[in-house]
Amino acid sequence: MSTSYLIRGARILGHTPADILIRDGEIAEIAPGLDAPTAQEIDGSGLIALPGLVDLHTHLREPGREDAETVESGTRAAARGGYTAVFAMANTSPVADTAGVVEQVLRLGAQAGYCDVHPVGAVTRGLEGKQLAELGAMADSAARVRVFSDDGHCVDDAVIMRRALEYVKAFDGVVAQHAQEPRLTEGAQMNEGVMSGRLGLHGWPAVAEEAIVARDCLLAAHVGSRLHVCHVSTAGSVEIIRWAKGKGWQVTAEVTPHHLLLDDTLAGSYDPIYKVNPPLRTKDDVRALREALADGTIDCVATDHAPHTLETKETEWAEATMGMVGLETALSVVQEAMVDTGLLDWAGVADRMSYRPARIGRLNGQGRTLDQGSPANITLYDPRPRALVDPSGFASKSRNTPYRGRELPGRVVATFLRGRPTVLDGGLVPNFSTSGATR
Amino acid sequence: MNRHLISAADLSKDDALLILDTAEELAQVSGRSIKKLPTLRGRTVVNLFFEDSTRTRISFEAAAKRLSADVINFSAKGSSVSKGESLKDTALTLEAMGADGVVIRHGASGAPHRLSGWVQGSVVNAGDGTHEHPTQALLDAFTMRRRLGNLDGRKVTIVGDILHSRVARSNVLLLHTLGAEVTLVAPPTLFPVAVDSWPCDVSYDLDAELPKSDVVMMLRVQAERMNAAYFPTAREYSRRYGLDGRRVDMLPEHAIVMHPGPMVRGMEITPEIADSPRSTIVEQVANGVTTRMAVLYLLLGGSESAIGGTE
Amino acid sequence: MTAAHRPDEPGVARAAEGDGIPLTKPVLEAPDIRRALTRIAHEILERTKGGADVVLLGIQTRGVTLARRLADRLEEVEGRPVPWGPLDVTMYRDDLRLKPARAIGRTELPAEGIDDRIVVLVDDVLFSGRTVRSALDALNDLGRPRAVQLAVLVDRGHRELPIRADYVGKNLPTSKSETVKVHLAENDDRDVVLLGPKGAE
Repeated sequence: MSTSYLIRGARILGHTPADILIRDGEIAEIAPGLDAPTAQEIDGSGLIALPGLVDLHTHLREPGREDAETVESGTRAAARGGYTAVFAMANTSPVADTAGVVEQVLRLGAQAGYCDVHPVGAVTRGLEGKQLAELGAMADSAARVRVFSDDGHCVDDAVIMRRALEYVKAFDGVVAQHAQEPRLTEGAQMNEGVMSGRLGLHGWPAVAEEAIVARDCLLAAHVGSRLHVCHVSTAGSVEIIRWAKGKGWQVTAEVTPHHLLLDDTLAGSYDPIYKVNPPLRTKDDVRALREALADGTIDCVATDHAPHTLETKETEWAEATMGMVGLETALSVVQEAMVDTGLLDWAGVADRMSYRPARIGRLNGQGRTLDQGSPANITLYDPRPRALVDPSGFASKSRNTPYRGRELPGRVVATFLRGRPTVLDGGLVPNFSTSGATR
Repeated sequence: MNRHLISAADLSKDDALLILDTAEELAQVSGRSIKKLPTLRGRTVVNLFFEDSTRTRISFEAAAKRLSADVINFSAKGSSVSKGESLKDTALTLEAMGADGVVIRHGASGAPHRLSGWVQGSVVNAGDGTHEHPTQALLDAFTMRRRLGNLDGRKVTIVGDILHSRVARSNVLLLHTLGAEVTLVAPPTLFPVAVDSWPCDVSYDLDAELPKSDVVMMLRVQAERMNAAYFPTAREYSRRYGLDGRRVDMLPEHAIVMHPGPMVRGMEITPEIADSPRSTIVEQVANGVTTRMAVLYLLLGGSESAIGGTE
Repeated sequence: MTAAHRPDEPGVARAAEGDGIPLTKPVLEAPDIRRALTRIAHEILERTKGGADVVLLGIQTRGVTLARRLADRLEEVEGRPVPWGPLDVTMYRDDLRLKPARAIGRTELPAEGIDDRIVVLVDDVLFSGRTVRSALDALNDLGRPRAVQLAVLVDRGHRELPIRADYVGKNLPTSKSETVKVHLAENDDRDVVLLGPKGAE
């Protein structure tokens, strides 16, 4: 018999406080003044109750780069960040382009038990962009893959992209594109603009993203399939997506927390902690992305959590790896960039960080509203404290965060995965139960 | 507090003039039979050259030795670096050796910046990737001043691969600081996208700029850029942007022709012009040692640096 | 107008003029300075048997002015120009590491050079002797004079090195903490030597 929990006085989606009774993995009741003598009480006063967050874009690095992160360490980081489900990108070693690899990743996630892991399948074999991977086999596997992406690489061949968009219709899949025209970005180091010219770093022009986004929206419309645009980073991409949605096309899009807060002037220190793909852009782009997330043109926040070992970031810019960790700071950054600026309320956060990503990834048990009968995937978040980010406290194996030493608001107090706490009192709860079902 | 010379933007107008005036006084040293001053005795200067550049390295070495500093040469080829040692570990080795000054030439933009975070000594950028080469700009300004006098209001035209040129970047910044007016000339493909935010003018027409120029500085253009479609052929580049006899005749009489070297004779400049009295190419080399002596003295000669930026 | 920082008196501030508080007192006025220089010029001619082979090198900054004036006087008396030039000793100072690197002044040896000549170093104030030692080191790198002599306008004592002047305008006993300031018309607004307490403003 599993423990029941009674969360007292949490502000549901930031609105009026109520109690939440969790029993047998479900939300048994939500109302003020509940009575449950056998339940373990949790003080929720002042805390925001959100549906468990869902990350459509995470790199867990296992198999192949366990020095940077493992499924276990990555999902511990996810739980600390308030996530109850993550989609693990396919650019592992070996690449997740077969049923075997995706099932392995699924198993590792279940064993660790901190967060549901939904493996993303590669679009093309080996991420080489030449031949479709066995998308059907991955869809039918135990991992039931619905999101396919060559992330890290762009599916730039128009024919391959068309075929992939067509093929996944058979199992309600979606192709998530990393939009980056490869020839226009050969050797690119940072956003092409005033800063790159001054710093002598090869530029990554916005048009290299926008051209692919435009092409893919048109392709998706033409074949009647779903397109998801990964890590949108430019104002131009936002305009194109807004136009495509206006036409009723099945286009969804995500933005990373760092693209909502940081811009390319930070590269001025040449510290590769700010080196990421797609690169940090201008202040105007940041503004456009925030507005787009606020009005729903961009559907969701996805961290693109990209762990890298210390020595790959402690070098000259050109030598350094691209990427930032993000799971453990995501909510704080979204609060800083969107909630505290008045652009989005907590209900909006629930929509962008839980409901919509779950829908895009076709998850049933996640991204559900906080109502009686829903699976108890709940995040309790305290928006009040402000603290300097200290990566030495991260659960992730890697420390490549651009926010080190920066003051950010809020902290995740508790995370519940189907009624079992993975985080309590701000600290991880080890999983001693036998591996439970993930659906 | 450590001061560095990593970008020409690190220098205020006073700093820049101090360096040029100091170089003016130090120029005599090369003419003496004892080409030495005791000023940096006991200081250690490390030449950290990750890119092959014998000329620049020798220039810095001569400058340091003329000030009686101890010089340690560290070149990347055949060293632990080529075996994969990181820049950071190299920096820590230098720290252990007690380097007062590190002169670094590196293929990656920003390497001197990173280095300055790992060493106590002063960092002098001898050229990093396509970012900057501040001592080149200083010796260029010194050369111009010697030939033409005060640089206020002087029109300097810089021609060539601006996009990939650290010499261009440093020169634009320094000349602007010194009050000169700079015009950059190149085919549109060889300008950075945001060049209109730089403190200079931009032109695609070399012939139009020559009659008003006091200085024409030709930059090296690698023929290999043709393969990335920056221009169709070396011949077309040369015809439209090369300095030949016809173009030199369009210059005012007092105007000088400069080149940071090494030059590609026949590509951006013809041999006759390179060897003519207008050309400052040879004196730029001597001025290089003098200017670098001034920089090293002002950074390392006192209790703290008299010039430069903190990174 | 604040006075320049005298190199061989680290940390001792100079009195500033024109504050209306006469804490400094003149110990040499313009006529005294003129007479002193004339006397020194004659002494040089006497000691060097007519000044042949003499080269005057003035130590920056006011030593240069004095060297020029002496050169003029020598030329008046002997009817023959005497080579002279400025000598900057910054690069040879022993206290370089105590302050930020400072600007270098002009050094210009006359065309005749200094080899096998009698170099007379000229400075305004002789105090610790360190400036003169720097000048001797500089001369060493510039050539090989037959002899080196020293002419100063004021000798205020407190030597820290075994150095003495051959020609002295005025011996001025001072306490170490006092300040001595030489003004010359070409550099400042008038000719006067002022004595003041330490850090007198």
